[in-house]
Amino acid sequence: MQDKAEKPGRFGGHGGQYIPETLMNEIQELERAYEFYKNDPDFTAELDSLLKNYAGRPSLLYFARRMTENLGGARIYLKREDLNHTGSHKINNVLGQVLLAKRMGKTRVIAETGAGQHGVATATAAALLGLECEIFMGREDTERQALNVYRMELLGAKVHEVTSGTMTLKDAVNETMREWTKRVHDTHYVLGSVMGPHPFPTIVRDFQSVISREAREQILAAEGRLPAAVVACVGGGSNAMGMFYHFIEDASVQLIGCEAAGRGIETTQHAATIARGTAGVFHGMKSYFCQDDEGQIAPVYSISAGLDYPGIGPEHAYLHDIGRAQYVPVTDDEAVDAFEYLARTEGIICAIESAHAVAHVMKIAPAMPAEDIIIINLSGRGDKDVAAIARYRGVQIHE
Amino acid sequence: MSKISEAFRKGKAFIAFVTGGDPTLETSRDIILAMAEAGADIIEIGIPFSDPIAEGPVIQAANLRALAAGADLAGIFELVRQVRCKTAVPLVFLTYLNPVYKYGYDAFFARCEQAGVDGIIIPDLPFEEKDELAAIADAHKVDLISLVAPTSAERVQKIARETRGFLYIVSSMGVTGVRSEIKTDLAAILAAARAASDIPAAIGFGISSPEQVREFGRLADGVIVGSAIVRLVERYGEAAADQVFDYVKQMKDALTDLGG
Repeated sequence: MQDKAEKPGRFGGHGGQYIPETLMNEIQELERAYEFYKNDPDFTAELDSLLKNYAGRPSLLYFARRMTENLGGARIYLKREDLNHTGSHKINNVLGQVLLAKRMGKTRVIAETGAGQHGVATATAAALLGLECEIFMGREDTERQALNVYRMELLGAKVHEVTSGTMTLKDAVNETMREWTKRVHDTHYVLGSVMGPHPFPTIVRDFQSVISREAREQILAAEGRLPAAVVACVGGGSNAMGMFYHFIEDASVQLIGCEAAGRGIETTQHAATIARGTAGVFHGMKSYFCQDDEGQIAPVYSISAGLDYPGIGPEHAYLHDIGRAQYVPVTDDEAVDAFEYLARTEGIICAIESAHAVAHVMKIAPAMPAEDIIIINLSGRGDKDVAAIARYRGVQIHE
Repeated sequence: MSKISEAFRKGKAFIAFVTGGDPTLETSRDIILAMAEAGADIIEIGIPFSDPIAEGPVIQAANLRALAAGADLAGIFELVRQVRCKTAVPLVFLTYLNPVYKYGYDAFFARCEQAGVDGIIIPDLPFEEKDELAAIADAHKVDLISLVAPTSAERVQKIARETRGFLYIVSSMGVTGVRSEIKTDLAAILAAARAASDIPAAIGFGISSPEQVREFGRLADGVIVGSAIVRLVERYGEAAADQVFDYVKQMKDALTDLGG
C-alpha cells in the first residue's frame, strides 16, 4: 500500500534505497527486470505452474473446529502455508525471485536465513532451477536449527556460519549484503522478507500476496463473508504482508501482526520493533528498529529464530503509522503454550513463529461474537522446532 | 573552494582513516595528531556503528572495540574538539546514516560545524537519497563526499558533478580491507569523473603498501588508507600512535616521491 504521490519504493516516510554505491546499478537493474517480468505472460505462467505443481498451491484454508469450540468465540480458520513444499510460506517468494534471477542471466543466488526456512526454500529453488546457492546463517541459529543446516547442504547449498555481531539473523543479512557487494555480476541476493532496499519490499510482498488472494476467495466461498480479522506473526514481515495485502482495501477486516516479545517487552530481551523500536535507517530501508539513543542497532531476542530481527518491513511501518494494521507483542511463554495447544487441539505442529499468531488469537477469540471469523496465517510447520521446544520444557531428546 | 579541496592543491593527498574511540578516545586523539604530524593531508574519523555493512573484518572489529569501550557521539565530538585545538588538518567523518538520522540532521551538522568537522562520508547514502541532507550539510559548511564504485558505470559523471570536497573512488568490489591486487579499470573511472568535474578524486579500499600508494597516486589526486592503519591499532592498542606515525610517514613519502 503506497501513497501515490511518492516515489517508488516509499511507504509514507519509510522504505528507500540506503545501500552502498557498489550495489546501486544492480538494484536498479533488478527493479527494471521485475517491472518487466511481472507483466510478462511467459514469466507469470511459469511461476504459476511452479506454485501449483511444485509448491502445492493453493494452500488449504482449514476450519479449526476444535479450536473454535474450545475457545468459544469467533470462528477460526487456518491458512495452511505449513503444507507448502519446504514447509513454509517462504517458497512463494523464493520461486518468484529465483525464476527472476534466472531470467536476468544470474547463475548464482545467495540468501540470509534465521530459522532456516528461507534458506531451505532458496536452496530448494536453486536446486530445481539449476543455480549455485550459498546461504548465510548466524552461528547462534546454525546451533538452534542444526537440522535445517544439513537440509540445505543436502539440497546442494553451501552454508556459511556467520560469526560477526550477535550471530543471528541481522548479522546474516549484513554478511549476505557484504557478499553481494563482492560479486554482483552473476549473483542475485534472494532477500527473504519484505525488507531491505527498494524494490525488495515490493517484490517480496507481491510474491507473498498469493496468500491473501487465495484466502480471500476461499473464505468467501466457505462463509460468504469476509473475516473480522486476519492474524500473522511478524519478524521482517513477509508472511504477514502476504496475508494482509488483499484485505487492505476491506476496511472491516482487522489486520493484526504479532511481534516476538521474547522474555517480555519490559525486558531488553525481545524483538518487538513496533512496541519498542524507533524510526531509523538500516539494511537499506527507513523503518522502525530496535536501537539505542545513539542509533546503534540493539541485540534482540526471541525463542523463534525467524522473528529474531531488530527491524520490520517499511510497508508494515506505514500500515502502523496510518492505523490500518495493529501490531501486538507475544512472549516466548505464550508462543510455546500455543504451539502445544495447537498440536493437542488440532493435531497440527506449527512453526514457533506461527505459534505467536496462534497465541494472540487464543487471547482475542473468546471475547468475539460467534459470527465473527478470524484467519490465522499458519506460516510454517514445526518439525524444525520440536527439539528446541523440548529443551524449553526441560526434556532431553536422544535420537 | 572548501578546506578539503584545498588540501589537494599542495600535491597528491594522503588521506588516513582511523576508527574513533578504538581502543579509547584518548588513543584516537594521539593517533590523529600523529597522522597529521606525519604528513596526512586529510584525516577520516570513523564513527563506530554496530552494523557497518561496507566494512571488512578489520574495521568491523574496530567498530565493536570502540563501542565496547563506550565511544558515543558526545565522546567523538569531544575528540574532534581536542584535535582541533592542536591542528588545522581537514577532518572528515565516516559514518553510517543511522547515527546521523537518529541525532537529527540539523543538530548533527550544526555540531559538526561548531566542532570543526570539514566533511562527511556516508557509505549507505547513495546519490538517489542524498537530497534529504545535502542542503543541510552545505549550510553548515560540511562537505558531503560521494563515492563511486567499479560498478558505477554511467553514474560516475552525475555523482562527480555533485560531490563536495573530493570524489571517493572505491577501488574494488566488496568491503574495506587490505588487498594484494586491484584489477578495476580505475583510469576509465577517473577519465569519466574528470570529464564531468574538476573536483579532486582519491582512490581508497584495499591500499596498504608504498608500492600501491605510488601506483594509485600516479592515477588519482589522492589515496585513502584505512584498514592497514586500523590493523596497527588492533596490534599495538594504546601504544599505536608511534607505529601509525611511522607508517603514515612512509606512505606520505612514497606519494611525495611522485612529485606530489
